[in-house]
Amino acid sequence: MSDHYSEDDLQKEITELETKSATAARLFDIRRIIGGLFVVYGVIVMIAGFTASDADIEKAAGVNINLWTGLGMLILGLLFLLWLWLRPTPPPPAVPEDKDASTP
Amino acid sequence: MHTPTYLAAELRLPTNWLDYTILGIYFLVVLGIGFAARRSVKTSLDFFLSGRSLPAWVTGLAFIAANLGATEILGMAANSAQYGVYTTHWYWIGAIPAMVFLGLVMMPFYYGSKVRSVPEFLLLRFDKAAHLLSSILFAAAAILIAGVNLYALAIVVEALLGWPQWVAIVVAGAFVLGYITLGGLSSAIYNEVLQFFVILAALIPITVLGLKSVGGWDGLSDQLTSARGDNFMTAWGGTGIGSDNPLGANWLTIVLGLGFVLSFGYWTTNFAEVQRALSAKNLSAAQRTPLIAAFPKIFIVFLVMIPGLVAAVLVPRIGTAGSDLQYNDAIPYLMQQLLPNGVLGIAVTGLLAAFMAGMAANVSSFNTVFTADIWQKYVVKDREDSYYVRFGRLITAIGVLASIGTAFLASSFSNIMAYLQTLFSFFNVPMFVVFIIGMFWKRASMKSGFWGLLAGTTAAMVNYFYIYEQGVIDIPSDQGANFVSAIAGFVAGAVVMVAVSLFTAPKPQAELQGLVYGTRSPGMAEPPAEGDDAWYRKPALLGWGAVILAAACYIPFSF
Repeated sequence: MSDHYSEDDLQKEITELETKSATAARLFDIRRIIGGLFVVYGVIVMIAGFTASDADIEKAAGVNINLWTGLGMLILGLLFLLWLWLRPTPPPPAVPEDKDASTP
Repeated sequence: MHTPTYLAAELRLPTNWLDYTILGIYFLVVLGIGFAARRSVKTSLDFFLSGRSLPAWVTGLAFIAANLGATEILGMAANSAQYGVYTTHWYWIGAIPAMVFLGLVMMPFYYGSKVRSVPEFLLLRFDKAAHLLSSILFAAAAILIAGVNLYALAIVVEALLGWPQWVAIVVAGAFVLGYITLGGLSSAIYNEVLQFFVILAALIPITVLGLKSVGGWDGLSDQLTSARGDNFMTAWGGTGIGSDNPLGANWLTIVLGLGFVLSFGYWTTNFAEVQRALSAKNLSAAQRTPLIAAFPKIFIVFLVMIPGLVAAVLVPRIGTAGSDLQYNDAIPYLMQQLLPNGVLGIAVTGLLAAFMAGMAANVSSFNTVFTADIWQKYVVKDREDSYYVRFGRLITAIGVLASIGTAFLASSFSNIMAYLQTLFSFFNVPMFVVFIIGMFWKRASMKSGFWGLLAGTTAAMVNYFYIYEQGVIDIPSDQGANFVSAIAGFVAGAVVMVAVSLFTAPKPQAELQGLVYGTRSPGMAEPPAEGDDAWYRKPALLGWGAVILAAACYIPFSF
């Protein structure tokens, strides 16, 4: 790197790194994780709602809050999975075979 | 004002195995994301900027989640219990205009110039002195703020779950360290998106039950108006210049100090935020990042303000000598009073997730600036790319350890949010003034960046430590003092920049392409991606829509 660092140098450096970048091709889709976690949480919290004691409901200002929160989380999780199903992850752009994973 | 933040001992939550199961699942998923993201890290661009390839909805939600740390949640609830509906100013005037400005006006320069960080933009626009100073200031601020998050987490976890402070610090630090060193920014951003939804799942039940327990919004409003006066439930009541209000600020300091200087400084030049937009896959997605974030931001205020107000009703003496509860205890208190096991586990998970995300945003921006701006440019230059990935992982570990050290500085402030705003007035505001003048005034000379930054930082610190703390001028509250520091830093920076510019050489026109308003860089010429011309993806529509919606939200609280 010369003493004078210009925008051209930077554009060149970043463009070159962008062509080698692996994120677009290899990073998983977060919708799957959000959907999965919220379905699991929704079911757990709803079960707690179905088995709620009178004391639990009385504590929560008379609302069976576990049931409602669990239902909401379950629906959110299912919506993410539905979105993933309707609009699957776009196939990764063709990249040259990776020879130098992270070795110097 | 300066009393420690210890939460009252009786806030211990009745957690059981169910809550710990929910928390345990979350920690597994967090680490799982780190391991799964690891295989996508090949170059330094992958590690520090996710290869500039993420979709706008992901970067947009990460943008808002990076701001929605637990210090923000607990701090803004504290603010509401203390100052009332004035809290909305931090959202509607103190965030939305700046977020929209970032997306519509500044992002083409940031993203189009292909800089990896905010200081790197200053290197292109000004010179190495401005670059190095801003890099060092940012790195220091990021570690200080990460420390605030870690300390606050330790205090809250000790009070709520009974874990010793060192256990909470080691566990949270280890998980943040783990997932960032594994997956870099992708892993931080994915965890932030997940955290955004978990936080909503935690705050919505607290807000709904809180409102129900005080007789709905009308009950809340009536009880607080009779207890705290007419202005407590209004946004602008009592903010005339010279009149007295709990905030210690008038409409002019709110609009200029908070709405313009502090907020633009935070949202447009704080790299912990801007980094999320720079990782987007194209210019349109980068522009939409802060705009997509603006819509949840408009409404999140209700989820933090209402719990704070409810706590002020249920514990009328909160934050005063007559009660063991501090303002910061508002949300933990409601969790303890209202949530049964199950939802309680979700709320605890959301709170811990928010602490970790607030810390991770700062750590992941710190490692980028330290590696790309300081190490690669001034210390070890011209090594192969994989060296800088390894160095980035090493400096992540060092950054986490350093933030454990800075955690204890946070202990001398009673209102965490006020402490954070103090730091922002020192570090972000001078950066913003240098940016805004450099971006809009071609004549601003190469040397003016450094001197403007130095003068602004010095002026903000002199105002806080000398004029406010020594009582030279009487300013009624920490928050009011922050607004004044911000304005002082802005004015000093601007005056010095203009003065220095008049006596030193401007940067040659040819080197300003794509860096100054009215010029274009090659990176901006890219054609819009397929589908980005849909009406709901138009940045101008999203941006102006957010501004109008925020202004409309003020109406019910203004008359």
